[in-house]
Amino acid sequence: MSGGAQDKVLQFLITHGLPAWIASAVWMLLMAIAVIIFVLLTVLILVWLERKISADLQSRVGPNRTGGRFGLMQTMADALKLLMKEDTIPHCADRVVFILAPFLVFVPALLVFLVVPFTDQWLVKYLRDLNLGVLFVIAVSALPVIGLLMAGWGSNNKYAMLGAMRAVAQGMSYEIPLVLAMVCVVVAAGSLKVGDIVGAQLGGHWFITRFPLQLAFVIYLIAGMAEVNRVPFDLPEAESELVAGYFTEYSGMRFALFFLAEFAHLFFVAAFATTLFFGAWEGPVLPPAVWFLIKTYAIIILIMWIRWTVPRLRIDQVMSFAWKLLVPASLLAVALTGIAVVYGKL
Amino acid sequence: MLQQSILTEHVTLNMGPQHPSTHGVLRLELTLEGEVVVDCRPVIGYLHRGVEKIGEARTYPQFLPYTDRLDYLSSASNNAAYVLAVEKLMGLEVPERAKYLRVIALELNRIASHLVFLATFGNDLAATTAFLYAIRERELIMDLFEMWVGARLTQSTFKLGGVSDDVPEGFVQQARDFCRLLPGRVDEYDRLLTGNRIFEARTRGVGLLPPEVALDYACSGPTLRGSGVAFDLRRAAPYEMYDRLDFDVVTHSSCDCLGRYLVRMQEMRQSVRILQQCLDQLPEGEVRAKVGRVVKPPAGEAYGRVESPRGEFGCYVVSDGGTSPRRVRLRAPSFFHLAVLPQMLRGWKVGDVVAILGSIDIVLGEVDR
Repeated sequence: MSGGAQDKVLQFLITHGLPAWIASAVWMLLMAIAVIIFVLLTVLILVWLERKISADLQSRVGPNRTGGRFGLMQTMADALKLLMKEDTIPHCADRVVFILAPFLVFVPALLVFLVVPFTDQWLVKYLRDLNLGVLFVIAVSALPVIGLLMAGWGSNNKYAMLGAMRAVAQGMSYEIPLVLAMVCVVVAAGSLKVGDIVGAQLGGHWFITRFPLQLAFVIYLIAGMAEVNRVPFDLPEAESELVAGYFTEYSGMRFALFFLAEFAHLFFVAAFATTLFFGAWEGPVLPPAVWFLIKTYAIIILIMWIRWTVPRLRIDQVMSFAWKLLVPASLLAVALTGIAVVYGKL
Repeated sequence: MLQQSILTEHVTLNMGPQHPSTHGVLRLELTLEGEVVVDCRPVIGYLHRGVEKIGEARTYPQFLPYTDRLDYLSSASNNAAYVLAVEKLMGLEVPERAKYLRVIALELNRIASHLVFLATFGNDLAATTAFLYAIRERELIMDLFEMWVGARLTQSTFKLGGVSDDVPEGFVQQARDFCRLLPGRVDEYDRLLTGNRIFEARTRGVGLLPPEVALDYACSGPTLRGSGVAFDLRRAAPYEMYDRLDFDVVTHSSCDCLGRYLVRMQEMRQSVRILQQCLDQLPEGEVRAKVGRVVKPPAGEAYGRVESPRGEFGCYVVSDGGTSPRRVRLRAPSFFHLAVLPQMLRGWKVGDVVAILGSIDIVLGEVDR
């Protein structure tokens, strides 16, 4: 998708009688769809990766039949299976809420990718680098909580309700340290624009290498793991306690939407960590997009590693960890960053 | 003020009989206030097969395989309780080699059962990796039994008057290899779970079972020893040749989930000690005393009790001199542990329910009989 293609498409649309602004809107829509397709394909890879990594950690083999020796097509087969499954809606469910909930979780999980700078020119050329990029992320990623609550309530199932209650409590609590960790970066870069944040890190001055921001990164990672419901913070769907939490009653493609949203969100947490702390696409020799993916996958693998090693916390422990430790720590990080910026040490 | 104006209701949650962590078909009727357990009522009977009644309609040797299916994670201890009771009735003396082989079977079963405990306990706390590690080692024990008697789970190693088969060539060596391997693997579990801060946060001080309560409810096994009471039938009322073996009765005084967990972890090490002694001292000779085709114990009654991995497993057999028992009564330790469960659960959260339930390590096969 070079600049040439963009010009050709725009030219084509304009000569066919569309005003220039509609033409560029159509182009951006196409690009947004491309991002979404890319994210969905990535999710398929992530699910496979998670299976392989967990298998390695647990001294198992993992998928090894479907699609060659390494089971590469296993997730494809699973996705097909889910598509063909009967779609059941419980008799006593609140139908509208029940049907709407997966989409409310799924759509925001994809929307946030519109501000991820996959390459140096990606946002500027093909999409738009929002002035309030970070704020957009914060706002949109707060939305799925509503969907989770709707899923739990609409299912009319006690396990689902308990799971939804946990999801809301946890999601809200960890959003605060997550946002404060992002604020550290915003303060350091002096801008909410993703392009500026990356620009401030160019030349190897990644934010992870500058003092108070390591603290912000650790907080971001922990809070991010809680946001995507990974062990030790997987309480909303705690299998051994709540069967499957808020999506207990979902089946088929509706279930798959929750699943996709969760992995897309995981990918986003890692991708945004790369953007905020690891200089996004910057790196020697290899093309920018490759560097971006390498860094993102490294963080994803770290998260998976943690997920398959530690047990789960209890709900009150999760909450007190957020409020008694992470929130004060993130406030401290913001203060330290502010001091460092004012005295020019950052 | 606000508290008074909002009306809250208790929620009744049926946990089970189909649930990922009720360890079989157990139903817990939980009364919840938010996440907090107000009350709990264990509902049992989903696996009732009428085993005790079946015992009255089968001959003495025929009933033996039924006992395998009680506590299916440790079939040898069920066998042992029944066989001990019947042998007591018959006044049968078991050959020395058979006694050693029986202890080997019992201790291998104990390790296997504790490994399953570790696996499911880890799984309940979402430490799925511990699950697979423990199952990996259990597989080696299953292989040993497959080599010995052909069966892996319901082994029926015991027979009236001895054991079903002598161990094949190579068994002793393979068992020794296993004994060498296991302590290192238990260290590995310790590194993965025992020292983990999250694991400790989930288990320390959770699900307290004071020793008095444990004794009142006739708890036994690791559940009782986790409350600091040093009661182990292998020491208190030795059977087979446990009196000649050197091992420690492990106790832990913390009375919580962590204590019960640590007791089982230590018991695996002690079982390895016992196994090594048995394998070293294993005498030559017969493995089965002469028992006629028709077993007709004289009229009377006898009680066989063994220390199963879960506690005191007892079998009470009444004979009227015929070919089948007049009455078979089974004492299953898990049954008593389920009775005390509501006391342990009250005031804890839903997340703790699975931890506490996992820590008493019940098997529904013996609860429902």
